[in-house]
Amino acid sequence: MTDYSILSLAKNALNGQAGWAPAWRKPDPKPEYDVVIVGGGGHGLATAHYLAKDHGITNVAVLEKNLIGSGNVGRNTTLVRSNYMLDRTLPFYEHSLKLWEGLSHDLNYNVMFSSRGIINLAHSPGQLDVFRRRANSMLLNGVKAEILSAAQIAEKVPALDVSDAARFPVLGGLYQARGGTARHDAVAWGFARSADRRGVDIIEQCEVTGFLKKDRRIVGVSTSRGEIRAKKIAVVVAGSSSHVLQQAGLNNLPIESHVLQAFVSEGLKPVLDVAITFGAGHLYISQSDKGGLVFGGDLDGYNSYAQRGNLPVAEDVATALLAMFPAFAKVRVLRSWGGIMDMSMDGQPIIDVGPVPGLYINCGWCYEGFKATPASGYTFAWTIANDAPHELNAPFSLSRFQNGYVLDEKGRGPFPGHH
Amino acid sequence: MIIDCPCCGPRPVSEFSYIGDAEVEKPDMQAPVADWVEAVYTRTNPRGTHLEHWQHLHGCRQFLKLQRDTLTHEIFAVELAGVYASGAGE
Repeated sequence: MTDYSILSLAKNALNGQAGWAPAWRKPDPKPEYDVVIVGGGGHGLATAHYLAKDHGITNVAVLEKNLIGSGNVGRNTTLVRSNYMLDRTLPFYEHSLKLWEGLSHDLNYNVMFSSRGIINLAHSPGQLDVFRRRANSMLLNGVKAEILSAAQIAEKVPALDVSDAARFPVLGGLYQARGGTARHDAVAWGFARSADRRGVDIIEQCEVTGFLKKDRRIVGVSTSRGEIRAKKIAVVVAGSSSHVLQQAGLNNLPIESHVLQAFVSEGLKPVLDVAITFGAGHLYISQSDKGGLVFGGDLDGYNSYAQRGNLPVAEDVATALLAMFPAFAKVRVLRSWGGIMDMSMDGQPIIDVGPVPGLYINCGWCYEGFKATPASGYTFAWTIANDAPHELNAPFSLSRFQNGYVLDEKGRGPFPGHH
Repeated sequence: MIIDCPCCGPRPVSEFSYIGDAEVEKPDMQAPVADWVEAVYTRTNPRGTHLEHWQHLHGCRQFLKLQRDTLTHEIFAVELAGVYASGAGE
């Protein structure tokens, strides 16, 4: 398969687009692999890419119960940022942002990463102090952060109501200029194509229904397309982690599944060229390259595996949106959907060598999943290849809850729905 | 979702506040740390029938125990929780 380039583009423009091959093969599963990755979402495909690229492990299968990109990688609001506070979480997200910055070249696939900047609004002096603290923590970790005044924000976001008449007047905000958005489908497809070109088998419509054990060790999976054995089984199925890992004997994870809704409006002319979050409620919004406003807010708030939400949260999100942007009152919502989040007990993920031999786990992504996709794949591939966590994901251990090293950025306690 | 409150009758979900998994039992104060880790941090998180506590916050303010399907959101049973459970406090 050839590289995508200006030459291949020109050639196919002249020959009636006849020269394009499918971006990845549709192989039948082999009976045995070195590594089987359960879950063909962004993180699973990224793991396959980095396993092949960085560690030379290419006898790998990615098993996806549906089609790749049909789960959470296609259900998020595409924001990418690294404005975290804790010394143990920030370097991971910063590494992810650095990978994002070179990802299109790395994959030879345009993921349309756009560093358009992200602003977190503060509506009270206390909130502005919290953002100053976070900005200082970022600066100490070598990540650029700025505190903007209301006037500077008004200049960057003319559509935003920064007047004193606003329901929650804007006092300032935290700005990360390198944050932005990416095209989420392209992320799944780009990682899939890159892994496939290096020899990884991507097997769609292949649902894992159980784990094969020999003594205590996990040696394979039974699937809807037969048994597949492997030396290492990596489970990365955020949203269904508890459900899948129960079959491997992990009955109690520090995770609850919750539904998070997202919304997209009809296409508008360019009106919002940064990503922005509301501080007095919970709302995050950006405008896609197609012109739709892409936004979301809180979880529905109770355990759910239904990939759809309820209307009270849709109303809550719309209310927050109009408190920020009264001008959007007549914009029509085109679509809304729900994704199932692994809400962990401290708001941060788990990437670790599994508690059962032969098993590797990557779960508990809460709100962080999309922005973390490259670093999650990078560190999980390292963890699988070396049977030990990389220094970036060492804090994301499963044992941190027993040892008292929880990573609670906002100090909200062990309540998954609150993160 | 509509929750059929034993005191107030069927009311919209926005009147209710979710508390959490109703099967978690608080260990004895002298119990080993592992029991506390389990109670504070780990959940069975089933895909299917789930026992959970809610409060009718914007209604009668009673704590309720629901049996609900997490995949379909269907509610099978609602009863008062705590000392009023199963009519015990009447």
